[in-house]
Amino acid sequence: MSEAWTESASSPRYVLRLFVAGMTPRSQRAIANLRRICDERLAGRVDLATIDIFQQPHLAEEHQVVAAPTLLRLEPLPVKRLIGDLSDEARVLAGLDLPVSPRRGADER
Amino acid sequence: MTPDLPKGHALPKARTGISGFDDVTFGGLPAGRPSLVCGAAGCGKTLFAVTFLVNGATQFDEPGVFMSFEERAEDLAANVASLGYDLDALVAEGKLAIDHVRVERNEIEETGEYDLEGLFIRLGYAVDTIGAKRVVLDTIETLFAGLSDAAILRAELRRLFGWLRDRGLTAVITGERGDGQLTRQGLEEYVSDCVILLDNRVEDQVTTRRLRVVKYRGSAHGTNEYPFLIDQDGISVLPVTSAELDYGVSNDIVSSGIDGLDAMLGSGGFHRGTSILISGVAGTGKTTISTHLVDAACERGERCMSFVFEESGAQICRNALSVGLDLKRHVESGLLRFEAARPTLYGLETHLARMHRDIERFQPAIVVIDPISALRGPAVELQATLLRMVDMLKSRGITAVFTSLRTDGAFDQVGDLGLSSLMDAWIKLVDVEANGERTRTLYMIKARGMSHSNQVREFQMSAAGIRLVDAYVGPAGVLTGTARMVQEAEEQASLLRQRQEAERRKREVVRRRLSIERQIAELRASLEVAEEEEIVLREEDDTRETLLGQERRAIAARRSAAE
Repeated sequence: MSEAWTESASSPRYVLRLFVAGMTPRSQRAIANLRRICDERLAGRVDLATIDIFQQPHLAEEHQVVAAPTLLRLEPLPVKRLIGDLSDEARVLAGLDLPVSPRRGADER
Repeated sequence: MTPDLPKGHALPKARTGISGFDDVTFGGLPAGRPSLVCGAAGCGKTLFAVTFLVNGATQFDEPGVFMSFEERAEDLAANVASLGYDLDALVAEGKLAIDHVRVERNEIEETGEYDLEGLFIRLGYAVDTIGAKRVVLDTIETLFAGLSDAAILRAELRRLFGWLRDRGLTAVITGERGDGQLTRQGLEEYVSDCVILLDNRVEDQVTTRRLRVVKYRGSAHGTNEYPFLIDQDGISVLPVTSAELDYGVSNDIVSSGIDGLDAMLGSGGFHRGTSILISGVAGTGKTTISTHLVDAACERGERCMSFVFEESGAQICRNALSVGLDLKRHVESGLLRFEAARPTLYGLETHLARMHRDIERFQPAIVVIDPISALRGPAVELQATLLRMVDMLKSRGITAVFTSLRTDGAFDQVGDLGLSSLMDAWIKLVDVEANGERTRTLYMIKARGMSHSNQVREFQMSAAGIRLVDAYVGPAGVLTGTARMVQEAEEQASLLRQRQEAERRKREVVRRRLSIERQIAELRASLEVAEEEEIVLREEDDTRETLLGQERRAIAARRSAAE
């Protein structure tokens, strides 16, 4: 418990933006994967928004989105860019600079 | 040679506005289809693409989207500002959209399946926002460096080109030249409608840019490599002029501006559109004669363009003043333009392309190339280039004046290919050195289509201009300069002597006639005296006869009386 508390206190807030192109199966997969990871690892300290670039195409240009889906980590800096449906969890965690030890914190909790 | 334009079937084409290119492709790039422009680094792909968009926006009312994968919008705008393209203004007017797509490999983590829908949406959004008809993707292959899954990229590129075609967008896709194929990723497989190859070759330390239409599906096109230029006026491509001698001719006569020279020509000047070669070694007055031709043309109100390779325009103007010609006023009035460049600055083809473009823009009636012998290169290439140059000028009806340092009319020191045979008229300037002085003389070697004097003329340059003097041709040969003057003085002296002698003999005859007349008068006087004497004698005889008769009759009478 104390370890988890220390972690969340010292860990910064995450600002994540997920860009998807329509509600394709791939988009839905990406959303589900991200939700799971956030719930497990970033509960309470994440600002997450999902953007459909079909609806808001100007944001695609603004945020240099090329591939879909793209997950953008705006904070903490530096900005990181994760493309794909986020199914490779090890890579997602590496991309977000989260420790690889999966589920341990969640299990203890 | 460019093939004839096919008739009947016309593929819709989008003009690029790049001078020459639209001629080579008979109308431009295929409308509503993607075209590939490829070449090595620094050969002008991006510039070609930007020109295509800018001309589309400004000349053909076709807005365009520039999707850059390499340069940022600001850098792009700055780079083409030197060509006079104001991208920011076009963006502000809504005629151009620039989207810089930045793909940094070290920022990206690939976490599963993806597609490039983001790119499609961005492009579609930009196209819809300004109602674009044209699209440039420069250089889309950069994606292969940023993203690792080549299979996805290839599939997506195929989809992208299909999408461009479906939307009816005329697109230019640039690609870097790769090993053994036109582009590194083999984009030519996807973009197969029209492929244009740009090349920048260095030969003898001189670079020449060349363009070739590798393929153009459904359309005829020029298949040669065409030299093209990039300078402050943008891109221009030089189409190789046709090899046929089918240009029209003019019977107009234009004066050379030198009375004596006009007098040597049967028709009082050169035909318009003729090509004139003035050859002679250094210091024989080639430039001065060509300057007279230019001045005469400007006086007639015609435009003149002078390509000079050894002097600047200002220098020629100054030098012309020494023979009483004020060229500066023609320059100021816009009738005369000098284009000075070092011959080594460009390759031959580039020189030709540059001249071609300048002539196209300025539309001169007379063009001077001074001196043509300054152009260097392999003999075969030189002849081909000059042939095209002469051909290009003739086809436009432009009177061309070439000066050459070579007196025998060849191109260079080794080649025996004649420049003179391309020329319609050839004025040869020869220095005659004799008696410790040098005299300039001039021959008219040929003048096609008119009678001309075969005699050598001496010409003198003074502040009053050029004056041609008949050279002395006498028993001692052709005499010029001081020798001619000495000879003329001698002739005058002997003429005087002859005249004096004749006078003397005339006086002598008169004297003799007078003396004979005097003698005649004397004889006549003595004749008269003799006649008078004769009369006197005859009267005396008569008197005597009469007296004798009377005496006889008196005696007879006396005798009869006595009987």
